[in-house]
Amino acid sequence: MALTGLEIYKLLPRTNCKECGQPTCLAFAMQLAAGKASLEKCPYVTEETKEALGAASAPPIALVKVGVGEGVLEVGNETVLFRHDKRFEHPTGIAIAVPDNLGPEELGARVEAINGLNFDRVGQMHSVDLVALENVSGDVAAFAKAAKLVGEKTSLALILISEDPKAMEEALKETAGAKPLLYAATSENYEKMAALAKQHDTALAVKGQNLDTLADLVAKVTAAGVKQLVLDTGAREANQVLGDQTQLRRQALKRFRPFGYPSITFAKSPDPVARVVEAGVHIAKYAGIVVLDTVDRAEILPLVTLRLNIYTDPQKPIAVEPKVYEIGAATGNSPLYVTTNFSLSYFCVAGDVEASRVPGYILTVDTDGTSVLTAWAAGKFTPEKIAAALSESGAADKVAHRKVIIPGGVAVLSGKLQELSGWEVLVGPRESAGIPAFLKQFWS
Amino acid sequence: MAVTIAKERWSSKCLEVALGSGPKQIKVGGETTLPFLHFEGETPNAPVVALEIFDAQPQEWPDFLSSVYEGVLGDPAAWAKKCVEYGADLVALHLSRTHPDQGDASPEDAAAVAADVAAAIDVPLIVLGCGVDEKDAAVLPEVANALAGKNCLLGCASQENYKSIVAGCIAGGHAVIASSPLDINLAKQLNILITEMNLETDRIIIDPSIGGLGYGLEYAYSIIERMRTGALMGDKMLAMPVVLLVGQEAWKTKEAKTPDTPDWGEQRKRAILWEVATATSLIHAGGHIAVVRHPESLKHIKEHIAKMMKPQAY
Ligand code: SF4
Repeated sequence: MALTGLEIYKLLPRTNCKECGQPTCLAFAMQLAAGKASLEKCPYVTEETKEALGAASAPPIALVKVGVGEGVLEVGNETVLFRHDKRFEHPTGIAIAVPDNLGPEELGARVEAINGLNFDRVGQMHSVDLVALENVSGDVAAFAKAAKLVGEKTSLALILISEDPKAMEEALKETAGAKPLLYAATSENYEKMAALAKQHDTALAVKGQNLDTLADLVAKVTAAGVKQLVLDTGAREANQVLGDQTQLRRQALKRFRPFGYPSITFAKSPDPVARVVEAGVHIAKYAGIVVLDTVDRAEILPLVTLRLNIYTDPQKPIAVEPKVYEIGAATGNSPLYVTTNFSLSYFCVAGDVEASRVPGYILTVDTDGTSVLTAWAAGKFTPEKIAAALSESGAADKVAHRKVIIPGGVAVLSGKLQELSGWEVLVGPRESAGIPAFLKQFWS
Repeated sequence: MAVTIAKERWSSKCLEVALGSGPKQIKVGGETTLPFLHFEGETPNAPVVALEIFDAQPQEWPDFLSSVYEGVLGDPAAWAKKCVEYGADLVALHLSRTHPDQGDASPEDAAAVAADVAAAIDVPLIVLGCGVDEKDAAVLPEVANALAGKNCLLGCASQENYKSIVAGCIAGGHAVIASSPLDINLAKQLNILITEMNLETDRIIIDPSIGGLGYGLEYAYSIIERMRTGALMGDKMLAMPVVLLVGQEAWKTKEAKTPDTPDWGEQRKRAILWEVATATSLIHAGGHIAVVRHPESLKHIKEHIAKMMKPQAY
């Protein structure tokens, strides 16, 4: 178990010398417990303390790397069961399967399609992470040949899927430099697979038939000296995957060492909707890597979006800079909207102002990145703050009129705001979707 | 090595709410564990899915959505029947025409439509107002009266207008949707205010104001997860089942509205996936009733729920 702040405090010098940057040893201990400080900051800890803390502060789930260079994928290092308890650290790697029995041209086209699975969202690119080559042919030479081709065609990280150590060995001759994930060590082949992983210094997936056999196998593989593992409980049915993934995460957090590694799951239903839904569940419920068998962009877009949502740090409200934004070719006569600097509030208003086809200005008030109603309830979106933002943001230089549109949800602010700012306050719609209709009625 | 299955010992459970009457009555909630963790506790009722209908011809729906309701879009009662044929567990009637900007239909008018719809179906009925607090406060009590005894689910009641809506629900024997803006404390506070009016706790359904996939879904995801753990740890004011108003969020997204493009693929597939993925992710957070628009979404969500309701082998 991780140590509590008080337990850590007992191990510190308790001199409150402040050199760690904290006012007291206790404050430093609390920071350590929350994972917000590192032990090196205190120059006075003893070796014994380091050891005691080191063991306790080793991440409950190992960080595992697959691939090299810009295509490297890091998974693991997770510390919580619920994202609201802290955050999920390393987004689930999305892997796309490629069978090794395709002709070279088809294979190349498939890998090209996978390389292109990038989506722009609010100026950021989101992509799939791995190509999973499957030895469906059962043929050693075909697998090696396909591995070579895939390795040449992509900079994404690779998974080599074969339970035949011979096929794995040959494929590794072509791709070892790319540090692929080897999938998988089973009770039949683990000695040879572990030897290959050690020899080439790659991560190794371990596949059990259930939790018990997986724990046994992990013990054997780690005893053989492999440290970078990825776990497969063998479950393929949606209900069992959820149960197993929950067990892996819970057990790891309880410091059951055999399960202290990231996991791999498969969502390979032939039904497109079912596989997307199931991959989505795997992303939300703890999978380190999920393997899918599709390159359809309509299927991947919802998954990268869901992953972005779930792995957003809940302690960091996503805020936009508080200032006046210009939407379209706004002029002195364009409407001026006020909202908070919560990114979602801003993007919704911006999208609907765009949809209205009337250029406008949006003034975002600094509410620490909270939404309109939350900020209002918390006293962060007040007439005083809006009035101050109106005068300090330079909004008055952008528009010739003195009219400002506030969100309908905070209509109660209008009287006071008008009084404080001297601007005429128009109460806009509750939902930004109502902006186009609102403009038609109230803006000419 | 025998692994000891890790189970949480929860001290309490979600409230169970019954909606509708007769053989098609539906119960939601009552779980003693997190979603679908059958090894840990009971899930007496599977999450359910409603199809959403409107009292006015919808504008700007893509063809592949309006065509599945061809011939009934102007007739709420016929539309509701169609939804039942498609397998909806419940029907959600959205009184959009009562909106001051969309016809400003009178409370009496709205009540008559709701009564027609209720008479046409045997599954439970959800009635949603237009979202303007004052108007809903006038319309929903009238609807409650017209549907008295049918045990419907009416909403949404907000901090601003809950009094008249809750009074209507008490008089007409209905359950109420308590809606709050993505804030667990506000949700709790509203539940307290409503129960202070003497509506039983098992007559309330929470609407946490979800965002669609890509549009703030994570906020609702975490609030719903926190509500569920709160309920399991004994917080009675967070123990009510959760409704997910998915359709209205999913279908207004760019991803659902943009026609086929090389970058985003086929619109039909993408839009339905958007609706389904929004619903299923939030069901896995702890949602109980998903309200969606496309019958294919309904089918896929129900299939997924059926799979998830099977026990784990431990
Ligand atoms: S540097 Fe070490 S001894 Fe000094 S206050 Fe910080 S924790 Fe305490």
